[in-house]
This record gives sequence, C-alpha cells and structure tokens, in this order.
Amino acid sequence: MSNDVLSDIKRMHILTLLESGKRIDGRGFEERRKIELMPNFVPRAEGSARLRLGNTDVLAGIKMDIGTPFPDTPDTGVMTTNAELIPMASPFFESGPPRPEAIELSRVVDRGIRESQTVDMAKLCITPGEEVWVMFIDIHTLDYDGNLFDAASLAALAALKNTTVPAEKFEKGEDYPLPVEHLPISSTFVKIGDKILLDPNYEEEQVANARLTITFDENGDLRAMQKGIGGGFTKEEIFYMMDVARRTSRELMQELF
Amino acid sequence: MGGHSDIVLIDENGLRLDGRKADELRPIKIEAGVLKRADGSAYVEWGNNIVLAAVYGPREAHPRHVQDSNKAIVQAKYNMAAFSVGERKRPGPDRRSVEISKIISEALEAVTMTELFPRATIDVYMEVLQANAGTRCAAITAASVAMADAGIPMRGLVTGCAAGKAGDKVILDLGQEEDNFGQADVPLAIVPRTGEVVLLQMDGHLTQEEFEEAFRLATEAALNVVYPLQVEALKRRYAASTEEIENGITNGLANPVPHEESAEEIVDEVTHAEEGVALEDMDASGEEAGQ
Repeated sequence: MSNDVLSDIKRMHILTLLESGKRIDGRGFEERRKIELMPNFVPRAEGSARLRLGNTDVLAGIKMDIGTPFPDTPDTGVMTTNAELIPMASPFFESGPPRPEAIELSRVVDRGIRESQTVDMAKLCITPGEEVWVMFIDIHTLDYDGNLFDAASLAALAALKNTTVPAEKFEKGEDYPLPVEHLPISSTFVKIGDKILLDPNYEEEQVANARLTITFDENGDLRAMQKGIGGGFTKEEIFYMMDVARRTSRELMQELF
Repeated sequence: MGGHSDIVLIDENGLRLDGRKADELRPIKIEAGVLKRADGSAYVEWGNNIVLAAVYGPREAHPRHVQDSNKAIVQAKYNMAAFSVGERKRPGPDRRSVEISKIISEALEAVTMTELFPRATIDVYMEVLQANAGTRCAAITAASVAMADAGIPMRGLVTGCAAGKAGDKVILDLGQEEDNFGQADVPLAIVPRTGEVVLLQMDGHLTQEEFEEAFRLATEAALNVVYPLQVEALKRRYAASTEEIENGITNGLANPVPHEESAEEIVDEVTHAEEGVALEDMDASGEEAGQ
C-alpha cells in the first residue's frame, strides 16, 4: 500500500492537531471508535458476524467440515484462518493471491484465537486419529478505514460465539454450540511522532511510524502481540500500551459479550 | 506453543533440557563478510540454528511500481531450506515465512537511512540452513550485520533475541522442545544504540508480570551478549583489512579469496574436468551397451 495517497497538507494537519492533543476525528488518544455488531449476519454459515469499527466494516464467517487431524495432534480439531482484502473495500486492494498484508492479518487474527485457546479444540474431536471437525474462519473486509486487526479479530470472535457445530448434517449426533471458552480482545495502537493512539483510522495509519497489537484475555493475561510498520517503540511506550490495552479490552468485553 | 507432552522442560535444579539456566543463552557465533558476490553478508550460528544473510543494494527497485520516489524500500526475504527442519519443508514461501519477511523488513527499515536512496531497494536475503527454534531472531541478527557489511547507512544495528515461558518458568532463548511444548514465546529485536524495540511478537499465555520479566531477559541478553558479538564480527572483518593495508596488502578482505591460482592448480582443475566428461561418456555408453 503506497504512502503517497495522503496529501502532504493532510499529513501536516494530522500532525499539527496531535501536537495540540487532538485527533483528526475528535477522539481521545485512548478512545476506540464506535463498534456496531451484527451477529449471525449470514445465517447459512455455521456462525457469522458483521462488525463495524467506525467506518471499517468486516464480515467474519465460520464453516465447519469433517477432516483428518494432524498427526501430532490426533485428538484435537483443526482451525484455519483466512483474511481477504477484497477490492471492494479499498482502491488499494487488488484481487489475486493474498499479499503480505492479508497474510499478516490472517496470522495475527489466528494467533489471537489459537493461543488463547478460545475454542476448546479437544471437544472438536470425533474419532481420535481419524475424524475431527475442521473449523474455517474466513474474514472479508468490506470497507477499509484503518485498524483491520482489531475489527477482524473482534468479528471472528463474535462469529465463533454464535457458531453451531453442524453434527446432524454430517450424521454425527446432535448439533451443539461451539465450545468458546475464552474472550481474547486485541487492541491496536500506532505511534505518530511521540504520540500513541488507540484504534487508528486509515489516515492515522498512513502517517504512523510504528504499530503494535496486543491481545488480552478475560483474566487480563497476555495472549498475543504483533509489532508492525517500520519504526520502533521504547520500553516505556510498550508498557504504557499494555496498560491501556488491558483496561480498555476489559471494558469492550463487557460491552460486547 | 500449545503442544502437550509429559516432557520435563526444567528439572528440580532449575536446569533446562540442554543444561542451561533460565537466563542463559545458547552459544552464538557471528561472522561478517562470508559471501564473495553479495554486497554484504553474515553467518550466524545460534545454538543449532544456522543462518546466512546476504544484502544487495541499494539498487534500482523492480518492478517500478514498488519504487518510492522519496526513499528506498527494504525488502527482506526469510526462507527456510527444505532440509533445515525435521520433516522436509516444501520449498518456497509459505504464510509463516511471508509474515516473518514482512516484520523483518519493517524492523530493518526502522534503522535504515532510506531517505538517502529514493527509488532504490535494499534486498536482504536470509536463508535458514538449519532450524532449531529462534530462527527469526538469528535471521534478523545476521541481516543487520550483513547490512552493515554492505555499507548501508544505518542508525544502528538491530539485535534479535527471544524469551518465553516453559515448565512454568520464564526463560531466555527457547530451544526446540521449549518452543514446541512451552507456554509462551516472545521474539523481539532491539536497536541497542537507541533502546528502541523494532520487532516484537508474542504468543502463548503470560501474565503482565511474566511478560515484563521475559522482555527484560530478552532485551538484556540482546544488549549485553548478542550485540557485542555483532560488533566484534564487524571489527574482525575490517580490522584485519586495516592491518593488511598497513602491511602494504590492499585487497581488503579478512580472508582473502585467492585471486591467483598456481599454474599447477589450474592444470589440475582442467584435467579433472576432462576426466569428469570422460566418465559421463563412459556411463552413457555403458547404459547403451546394457540395453
């Protein structure tokens, strides 16, 4: 994604506003955009959710199938996560094979869910070593206005929360709700100059020097982190972001789930 | 992470499978300028990890649409050799290596004076020849030495190191079993000159206090152990050439590549080459005879 799509005038405007303690859309530095959650948006999917984070709009869908387990984990289900940055969402997204941006997004969402053991994968085993449930998490970006990491992670979590394992369809007993055991919430920050902002919008992302995503679970424990964009953070900045992430993710969890 | 095993990762004396203490690194060896053709290169052995890094550039970026008219781009490629792991890895980029390449590119860009070379690219190739947990940290450590060796203007070196949690203990520099069956991994890279963190990932399960401890272990080891090894490697590479210049030898290489082969050696090579051809011919005719 090219940087020169943002005019120098706008860039200066964002920087000048930040110097006087304001963000371009009037939010506080530690304030997320409004979140609108539409669970079960695609009823034919096993689970789904559309989530709007400000003007960023993503749709997550879950499909389940029966497959064989990996040889090293014969008694747990399999999960795969895929994120598509489709051309509908932004003039800078192109169709074709996934680019590094889409792959990073998939892997960060995947890590947040996998490492926090959000879904009890042991309960997705049908016959050890032979048959397990395979859970596909697919994320479509519909409208891109920054911070896809948080929007996609939240949408995926919300979709998992309303997923039904379609056992009847596969003649494997009765349908049952997907065992969702944890609630990992990711918080993404960017650094612009020496200012740190939670939940950057598109324009803020364009002028940012560095980015950090931190995922906390419902117990306030750390589950995943990812730093991105060419820049660095000091130790103090990292610990400051962890504090903000821990506090705001708890608030968000109560608000959404 | 997340693997389950009955394996005891830390024994009753607080020692790890390979006998290390919780805050002990694996042995590390770094060498700069190990490849002839590349503009800069480095070799890193980190425990049982073996990583080579080569740098080309600044050179014109292709295709042209990837060029930035204001600055150079840094394109790092992390690749694992098919034979580097237990079970053969399918060659070529997979999602993991694409992600690692991306974050290493961004981390190296953070220290590179890219504004000096508009439209150019600085290509960094990292080949993991043998993998044994912690390859991305070894790779970025090698990459920044290779960039310095290539004479790329940088604000500082980048030093990688990981910490994590295994056997319910926060430990430095996870080994293979600790990575597979441990509880958390925090790979990071810092710029020792400024203290900035330019690469940071985490997966697994840590409390905030445990993270702080892991972060401390990894940054201190990077700063006090790994970074001096990088600096030493670069000094070794160039101190030798200074000596040579003083002695009137000016080819500028610590381990000079022989430019003049003796006539005998050349004759020898030619003869062997001819023998090789002859043998191949014989094999071919042998096959024909057999048919």
